[in-house]
Amino acid sequence: MNPPQGSRIVVGMSGGVDSSVAAALLKDQGFDVIGVMLRLWSDSETDNRCCAPDAQLEARRIAAQLDISFYVMDAQKAFYQEVVQPFIDGYAGGTTPNPCLNCNRHIRWHFLRSRARALGAEYIATGHYARIGISEDGSFQLLKNPDPDKDQSYFLHVLSQEDLSSTVFPLAEFSKPEVRQLARQYQLTVAERPDSQDLCFVGQENYRDFLRKIDPTLLQPGPILDQDGKVLGEHQGLTAYTIGQRKGLGIAGPEPYYVIEKDITSNTLIIGFKAELGRTGFSVKDINWISGKAPTDPLTADIRIRYKSRAIPGVIRPSKNNKAQIELSEPLPDITPGQAAVFYKDLVCLGGGIIKKEAL
Amino acid sequence: MKRIYLDFAATTPVEQRVIDAMLPYFKENFGNPSSVHRFGQVSEKALDESRRSIAANLGADPSEIIFTSCGSESDNLAIRGAALARRAKFGHKHILISPIEHPAVQVTVDQLVEIHGFEASYLPVDQQGQADHKNIDKYLREDTAIVSIMAANNEIGTINNLRKIAQACTERKIPFHTDAVQYAAHHEIDVNTLGVDLVSLGAHKFYGPKGVGALYVRAGTDLLPAQTGGSQEFGLRAATENIPLIVGMAKAFQLVIEEGAERQERLIPLRDKIIDFVLEEIPNSQLTGALPSNRLPNHASFVFEGIDGNLLIQTLDSEGFACSSGSACKTGDPKPSSVLTRLGYPPKWALGSLRVTLGKDTTLAEVDQFLKGLPGCIQRVMEASQ
Repeated sequence: MNPPQGSRIVVGMSGGVDSSVAAALLKDQGFDVIGVMLRLWSDSETDNRCCAPDAQLEARRIAAQLDISFYVMDAQKAFYQEVVQPFIDGYAGGTTPNPCLNCNRHIRWHFLRSRARALGAEYIATGHYARIGISEDGSFQLLKNPDPDKDQSYFLHVLSQEDLSSTVFPLAEFSKPEVRQLARQYQLTVAERPDSQDLCFVGQENYRDFLRKIDPTLLQPGPILDQDGKVLGEHQGLTAYTIGQRKGLGIAGPEPYYVIEKDITSNTLIIGFKAELGRTGFSVKDINWISGKAPTDPLTADIRIRYKSRAIPGVIRPSKNNKAQIELSEPLPDITPGQAAVFYKDLVCLGGGIIKKEAL
Repeated sequence: MKRIYLDFAATTPVEQRVIDAMLPYFKENFGNPSSVHRFGQVSEKALDESRRSIAANLGADPSEIIFTSCGSESDNLAIRGAALARRAKFGHKHILISPIEHPAVQVTVDQLVEIHGFEASYLPVDQQGQADHKNIDKYLREDTAIVSIMAANNEIGTINNLRKIAQACTERKIPFHTDAVQYAAHHEIDVNTLGVDLVSLGAHKFYGPKGVGALYVRAGTDLLPAQTGGSQEFGLRAATENIPLIVGMAKAFQLVIEEGAERQERLIPLRDKIIDFVLEEIPNSQLTGALPSNRLPNHASFVFEGIDGNLLIQTLDSEGFACSSGSACKTGDPKPSSVLTRLGYPPKWALGSLRVTLGKDTTLAEVDQFLKGLPGCIQRVMEASQ
């Protein structure tokens, strides 16, 4: 979106290089920029990155340097309800949830936008590397970043027309090295800060330790079986495994074993060889069609089932209630319930949904 | 955007006449008052005159005025100093304060309890924050080492009736301290009429500079010094005196005495306009603290049910109005105001507080502009929270 000259824009600031440069660019372009950091988490035991005092200090320092107002807002309750609880529930239900999707939808957009409006801003901006286009019928489109390394559309497929109409991506046309260069030009102290990677709220520990702390029963040992039901060993709790996982099984065989299935009701982990893993068909739910109009007829699209994975051509057969059956043109070994399947037509992100656990 | 500052209980700008009084003491007259030479003597004179001026304005003797770095330090010196001295001398170990004291008092007492083995108890306050002065006798003990009750509350503006508390303490020879940091910014204090033994002041609340305060210590009140070293400030606070700031404080305090009544006369109608407007126009609003007749002349404070007070302050700021809130938190982790919680407000009220404090130069036009903007801001905060 291109807001009118001088509009007030709230920039979601994390203390990292991307959002800092985003704020600096908007300020340079003459917008009335307000920096906002959302306080997501208050656990002082884990030095979780998102709300760590040093990130807040950094964002505050950048805002001061840019001479913009900066506010930290309390989003802890919403974050727990909309992101952390579904994350725990997802694992408890045997899927591999992607909390960043819920966070984008509910926190970084819905929550931040509502707060931005209170501050008199009709627009929000983030440091995502994504672009917004306008289709022939005037609706907003989410476009892939041509640089596959920095394309974040996978995480942004949850955005609505309303979201896109009020969103600015100042980094749309830049590559990461260019953004770092800009940070140096603006003399931002964050220019050399490393990129953030892991789940923000689990901090330095891994998600298994996090889950163990929340609810130890999520990590109950149980049997590891092969496809024929033969016991091969003991797993350390199903939440510790994900479909297609090879490492960490600790079971020797004629060829490497992979996780094929997690059976929550019997607390068993089913493993097999690579040939048994791949499949082409699966179903998705909770689809967000970015255009706001769910198609009724089957359509072909490029489909991505992981953030960093290659998009595979396939057919989407939409059904009622934002569900669809997907048939890929080639089998994939790691179709993982709980992760998102995101659909593309060339550069346009059509939307996406959550891969269902139930077999077809 | 023209910003309107309505947070004068947090701090005030330094008055030009105060700056003018201070300026010669940064560079021209920079001597150390402890020095023997003429440079030192010039500074010593300024220190002495400042001390005399503040003493005269409190009805005290100059030897009873200790300069400190701020109101908080004065509170620390008074409470820790008196409590430890009384215990050393008489073995007394009880401290009586109100439940809504400034953190400079509350946390100091907490430390005395946790580290030094004192016992604290609280003189109750009513729902408006007024300490129960009538029943003070019931709360004093044989071994009470010090009583500290604030003159006026920073968050809710309530002015306490200290006379009876002071009398009861005097009868029992218990040192009585009052944190008058807010109160003394508006009202004259006569330490003898009031009957207090220790009074904390902070200059930046009355158009003086930050970084300087004072403690009145009635002659004969035992204090253990908090800062040891040289013999400055009658041996109670070792440090080279900060002459420019001390001169500034004396000048600013002099102006409160000279112009306080006039300032009050101007402020009270403005304050009451805000109070009347909010209570009439904003649904689910309450005045916190005392009724206008018994609150600081520049102080209006409210709670709004179900409002995110932090967001309200941010929203008001985005419209150019600088206010504050007892629950506000710069790091985004607001807690219900402890003062309001102790007055019995449940979290849904105590999280939604707003404090508007006016300055001597606040105009009617500024107040009107604020009142024009406030309902919209509250409306937007409510919509955001849904």
